[in-house]
Amino acid sequence: MLMKLARQSLLNRRGTALMTIFSLAISLVLLFGIDHLRKEARQSFTSTIAGTDLIVGARSGQLNLLLYSVFRIGNATANVSWDTYQRISKHPQISWTIPLSLGDSHRGYRVLGTNQDYFEHYRYANKQTLQFAQGQPFSHVYDTVLGAEVASKLGYQLGDNITLAHGIGVVSFSEHKDKPFTVTGILAPTGTPLDQTVHVSLEGIEAIHLDWQQGAPMPGRKVSAEQALTQDLTPKAITAFMVGLQSRMATFVVQRQINEFRGEALSAILPGVALAELWQMLSMVENLLLLITLLVLVAGLVGMMTTLLASMKERQREMAILRAVGAHPWYLFVLIQLEVLLLTLTAMLLAAITLVIALWGLQDTLASQYGLFIKINPFSLQTLYWAGAIVLASAVMACIPAFTAYRRALNDGLAIRL
Amino acid sequence: MTDKPKIPAIELKNVLFYYQPTAWQLSLPQLILQPGQHLFIKGASGSGKTTLLNLLAGIIAPKQGDIILGGAPFSRLSAAKRDTLRAKNIGVVFQQLNLISYLSVLDNVLLSAHFAGIKPAKSRQRAKVLLQSLGLTADMLTQKAALLSVGQQQRVAIARALLTQPALLIADEPTSALDADNRDSFMRILLEQANACQTTVIFVSHDANLRHYFNLQLDMQNLAAGAQPC
Repeated sequence: MLMKLARQSLLNRRGTALMTIFSLAISLVLLFGIDHLRKEARQSFTSTIAGTDLIVGARSGQLNLLLYSVFRIGNATANVSWDTYQRISKHPQISWTIPLSLGDSHRGYRVLGTNQDYFEHYRYANKQTLQFAQGQPFSHVYDTVLGAEVASKLGYQLGDNITLAHGIGVVSFSEHKDKPFTVTGILAPTGTPLDQTVHVSLEGIEAIHLDWQQGAPMPGRKVSAEQALTQDLTPKAITAFMVGLQSRMATFVVQRQINEFRGEALSAILPGVALAELWQMLSMVENLLLLITLLVLVAGLVGMMTTLLASMKERQREMAILRAVGAHPWYLFVLIQLEVLLLTLTAMLLAAITLVIALWGLQDTLASQYGLFIKINPFSLQTLYWAGAIVLASAVMACIPAFTAYRRALNDGLAIRL
Repeated sequence: MTDKPKIPAIELKNVLFYYQPTAWQLSLPQLILQPGQHLFIKGASGSGKTTLLNLLAGIIAPKQGDIILGGAPFSRLSAAKRDTLRAKNIGVVFQQLNLISYLSVLDNVLLSAHFAGIKPAKSRQRAKVLLQSLGLTADMLTQKAALLSVGQQQRVAIARALLTQPALLIADEPTSALDADNRDSFMRILLEQANACQTTVIFVSHDANLRHYFNLQLDMQNLAAGAQPC
């Protein structure tokens, strides 16, 4: 009967009850959503690269270098010449390198020019190697290997032809239409920016830019795809390269040697350190966000209490009737608490559903625009603790209207003030 | 009912109540009502009527004296025990808007059984019979209480008050919102059903015309000592 009373009473005030639930649900969506994004972002960021000891690019801040080389965010300030790359990669302490050449795109997905070493040495998450879902690494100039998402989103199969576009916009005005690439491989999903990358050989990148200069096609000079193959396709420059060392002990020595390299101004960064710095920078924003969300939640709870407190006046009749039929004031206290519990739980359920739907809808955008790979399921054991804490907090705050009901019940008795 | 003829339904001994000792006081030296006896209390608003009702219903306790309900020292019990005893032994009918508007008619009636601790299965049947004898049709039972007319609502209130077969029924101006025809039928039904349950009715009203339904009468003016309450 108590349950029925609480439920029916809320249904009776469904207008305000719904608004209360909505406002509470919004703050809960914010809280759980931001908490989830925070964790996922950290997970996603830190698992993007593993096993690489150094990343080398033109001199710049380590964050910039990390962002464009690993996360495909932003652009390089300058390139690294091929000679320099060749010379450094012969360093006795260096066991392998992966050249990276960026700057082109295919329908909004970044194109990465690299070589076979990429498929052999690149590691992510727990030092996992890249796996092919279908096909194999590129072996010809006009071969391409697609990230899992590129293939699934654009519906590409092995053997399909794609054209690359100059620049990194979704819409490009200058495409390398004359030199289409054939899909020879599709990578298995990694949950990293790799999934959104189109991989081609360095020679392929070189070939499509033979008749280009300063980022635009050279008028009057056309080099066909076949003609390009006959020319020297050794790249003149790359954007950056990853380095694996013989021994991690040498990391700092090699880093210093590269930073002091005379031929060209270079920066060598430790991905782990750069990631940590990136994360530290983000964590302040992250903590601030969390604080704001918590305040929004408090506002939501206070709003609920205000609504309930305001409703106590119009519910005097109801309370007096319950008293008259023998309800103890504590019963009214529990009734209000139960109503709050119902409101909170409903809001939580609504928030959970909204959040899952929102994450499901935003997953692609977050992945393609921000390189954030998030799981749709935002719930963990910690969510349960959060939920418990919120129920507790709402119960504590519900004491205010509940106690008002209790006190009024004692004072007013059967008197009903209309 | 547990009442045997020898035990009065309700007995008030030297009852004195006040909010502040120096101001208005309510005093009732002696009042004994046997089961089935009905009392009419005439009182205008502001005459301490509500205070008396709260005392009789056990919402408040007198400052002095005793209220004995069916042999139990009602006014000496704890507030919680008075609440339980009220649920079992006292029915209350208000002026109007007696029902919780968002519950169905049947659930409104069953409320009193719920607080009296009677099993729903047992009380449900009696509630239906009671509502039927009060002239409410079966299809009204599941309707929301707010949809009934005032006269019907007051009859549902009687059903709720009498569901637990209480020793005492307190009615606070229950007819004031009714027209003359409805009022007469309400009074008839109320007393008829109360008699059937051997329930004592204490009926408070400012309307002296209703006096003739009762063999015992009391005037609030005789109870008040000191200044009038505000």
